[in-house]
Amino acid sequence: MDAITVAFAALYQFGDAFAFLVLSACGLAVIFGMMGVINLAHGEFIMCGAYVTVSGANAGLPLPLAILLGALVAAAVGALVERLVVRHLYERPLDTIVATWGLSLIATQGTLIVLGSTMAGIGTPLGSFQIGGYSYSVYRLVLFVMAIVVLAGLYVLFNWTRFGVMARATIQVPHMAAALGVDTRSVYSRTFALGAGLAGLTGGLYAPTMTLVPTMGTTFIMEAFVTVVVGGADVFLGTAPAAVILAIVKSAMTSWQGQLFGQIGLLLAVIVVIRVLPKGISGFLLRERA
Amino acid sequence: MSGKFVGGLRAAALTGTILLGAGSAFAADPIKLGVLEDQSGDFAAATLGKVHAIQIAADEINKAGGIDGRPLELVIYDTQSDNTRYQEFMRRVLQRDKVDAVFAGFSSASREAYRPIVNQFDGLAFYNNQYEGGVCDANMIVTGAVPEQQFSTLIPYMMETYGKKVYTLAADYNFGQISAEWVRNIVKEHGGEMVGEEFIPLGVSQFSQSIQNIQKAKPDFVVTLLVGTPQASYYEQAAAANLNLPMASSVNVGQGYEHKRFKPPSLKDMYVTTNYIEEVDTPASKAFVEKFKAAYPDEPYVNQEAENSYLAVYLYKQMVERAKSTKRDDLRAEIAKGDVCMDAPEGKVCLDPKSQHMSHTIYLAKVGADHSITFPKVWQDIKPYWLGEAGCDLTKSDPSEQYTPSNPPSKS
Repeated sequence: MDAITVAFAALYQFGDAFAFLVLSACGLAVIFGMMGVINLAHGEFIMCGAYVTVSGANAGLPLPLAILLGALVAAAVGALVERLVVRHLYERPLDTIVATWGLSLIATQGTLIVLGSTMAGIGTPLGSFQIGGYSYSVYRLVLFVMAIVVLAGLYVLFNWTRFGVMARATIQVPHMAAALGVDTRSVYSRTFALGAGLAGLTGGLYAPTMTLVPTMGTTFIMEAFVTVVVGGADVFLGTAPAAVILAIVKSAMTSWQGQLFGQIGLLLAVIVVIRVLPKGISGFLLRERA
Repeated sequence: MSGKFVGGLRAAALTGTILLGAGSAFAADPIKLGVLEDQSGDFAAATLGKVHAIQIAADEINKAGGIDGRPLELVIYDTQSDNTRYQEFMRRVLQRDKVDAVFAGFSSASREAYRPIVNQFDGLAFYNNQYEGGVCDANMIVTGAVPEQQFSTLIPYMMETYGKKVYTLAADYNFGQISAEWVRNIVKEHGGEMVGEEFIPLGVSQFSQSIQNIQKAKPDFVVTLLVGTPQASYYEQAAAANLNLPMASSVNVGQGYEHKRFKPPSLKDMYVTTNYIEEVDTPASKAFVEKFKAAYPDEPYVNQEAENSYLAVYLYKQMVERAKSTKRDDLRAEIAKGDVCMDAPEGKVCLDPKSQHMSHTIYLAKVGADHSITFPKVWQDIKPYWLGEAGCDLTKSDPSEQYTPSNPPSKS
C-alpha cells in the first residue's frame, strides 16, 4: 500500500471526525458561548432537523432544499422555545439546564408517540470513489466541506454584519448595549434561534447517513459537549481548534485500536484539557492575548 | 404511567369481585402476568411488537375462557431501554403486584440486571428474546433462539457460499462479546480464518474508520452483531462507501427490520438466521401476521421477538393447565416430562427440560438488492443442545449461572 493511499485514508478519517465534531457542537457552542445557556435539548433540535429533512425529501424536495427546510424549522422551534421557556430563565442558568432537559424528554417521547419508533431513511446520495485499495463515500466529503462552510459563515456573521456587532456588544456588556439602543431581548432570541437552526442543519446533513429514531439526537450529544468543553466559550478560538485536536486524537486512536479506544481517547483528552485549561482552549488563547 | 392505570383497573376488579360475593369469586381470580419491555428509548423499535403480541395472546385467551377458567391479567411497565428500570420494576411486579410470572427483557445486559432479583424472590421469568446463550437458571424460561441454533447453521453456510475469511463487527457488551466467541469457534472448526474483529460501544453511530478497517482486512463476508438503533447506521454508511460485502447476522432483520427502514440496496446480501419473521410463507405464519395487523394496523413489522412473546403466553397457558397450578415447581415438573410442545406460527417448538430453552425452526433469510426476503434454506427442529451437552441439567441442580464456551459448567 503506497504512501498516498495511507495519507489520504488518514486525512479522510480526520476530516470525517472533524466534520462530526464541528457540526455536532456548533449550535451548542453558539448558544453557550453567546448566552451562557447550556441547552440540553440540543440533540432534539438535531433530531427535529433530521425528521423535517427526511419528510421534505420524501415529499419530493431536492435534498439540499430539504436540509435547508430542516434547519429553518429547527430555528423556528428554537425561537419559540426561547420565547416560551428560556427567556424567563436568563437570570437562573441552572434552571435552564433542567428546563431544556425536560424539553428534550418531552420531544423524544412526543416524537415516539406521534411518529412511531422509527422512520424510513432516504439513502446516502452521491455514491462512492476509489483511492488505492479503499473506496469512500463522496457524501462524507460534502459533510467535511459543510463543516468548514459553517465555521466560515459564523465568522462572517459575527464579525462583518450588524447583527454580529450587536450580538457581541450584548454579550460583553448587556446593559450598556441596551443603553445604546440595542434590543438585547431580540438579540438573545435570534442567537438562540441561530443555535437551534445550526443543530437542525446538522440533523439534516446527517439524516441520509443514519437511523432515524426519536433518540437519534443523543448520539451527537457526547461529541457536542466534549467539543464545547474543550473549546470553551468562543466558537472560533474554541470550537474549531478543539475539533481539530479531538479529531486527530479520535481518528488516530480508532484506526489504531478500534472505536472503543477512539471514545476513551476523546474522554481522556477532555479530562486533560479541563485539568490544564479550566476555561478551555479559547479561555487560554484569550488570556494570552489580553 | 401505564402501571398506575393497570393498578387502578386492578383495584376496580378487586372491589368488583368482593361485591359479586363468594359464589364465583374463586373461579374468577385472575392469573397475573408481569410484562417488562422497552416501550421507549433505544430499543423500542424492536420491542414494542413484543408487548403488542402479548396483548393479542392475552385477549385471545381471555375471549376463549382464560387459563383453566381464570382470566389472564397483564401488568405492563415501560422499562425505557434502561437496565436500572428493569431492576426497579422487577422488584415491583414480584413484591407489590405479586404476579405469577414475568415476561421481561430485550438486551442481555437488562436480563443479567434483573435475573438476580428473580432468583432472590424465587419468581418465574420468561425471556422471549434471541441471545448469546448459556443461561442455566431454573427461574428462567427462554423462548428465543441461541447461538447453536443461529450460528452453527449460518456460519458454515456463509463459508461454503462466500469463502473462509471472516470479519466480525459486534456490539461491545455481553451479547456481542459472547456471540463473537461463538463465531470465532465455529469459523475455526470449519477451517476458516478470522481476519478481524471489532467491538463497537453501544450508542456509536459513525463507522467510517471501521469500514476502512474492514476494507484493509479483505474478508469474504462480515458478521454484523450490531445492536440498538444508533449502530444500525452502519449499513447505510457501509453501502455509501461501496463496501459491497455479504453480511451475516443473528440479530438484524429478524429483530430491527433494517430492510424496511433503510433505502435499498444498503442491506443487499445480508443473511440472517431467525426462528421467525413476518415474511415466512406458511399458512400459520400468514394467519398470525393477519391477526397482528388487524389488532395493530400501524405495527411496522412483526419480528421474531413478537412471535416468541406470543407463543410464550400460550406455552405458559399449557403448562398451567397441565399442572393445575401456577407454582413454579409444579410447572417445572411438567417441563421435566419433556413434552411441553406447541404449534407456533414458525412451526413446532418444544421446551428442553435440561436448559429450559426452546427448539426452533430456523429460517435462513436473505435480503435481496430490492430488500425483498427469500429463504434459501430452512432447518427444522434445531435443538438448543449446547447447555445440556456442556453439563447444565436443571432437572437435577440449579446453578443460576450464565455459561460461555470458554467458561462451561464444571463437570465435577
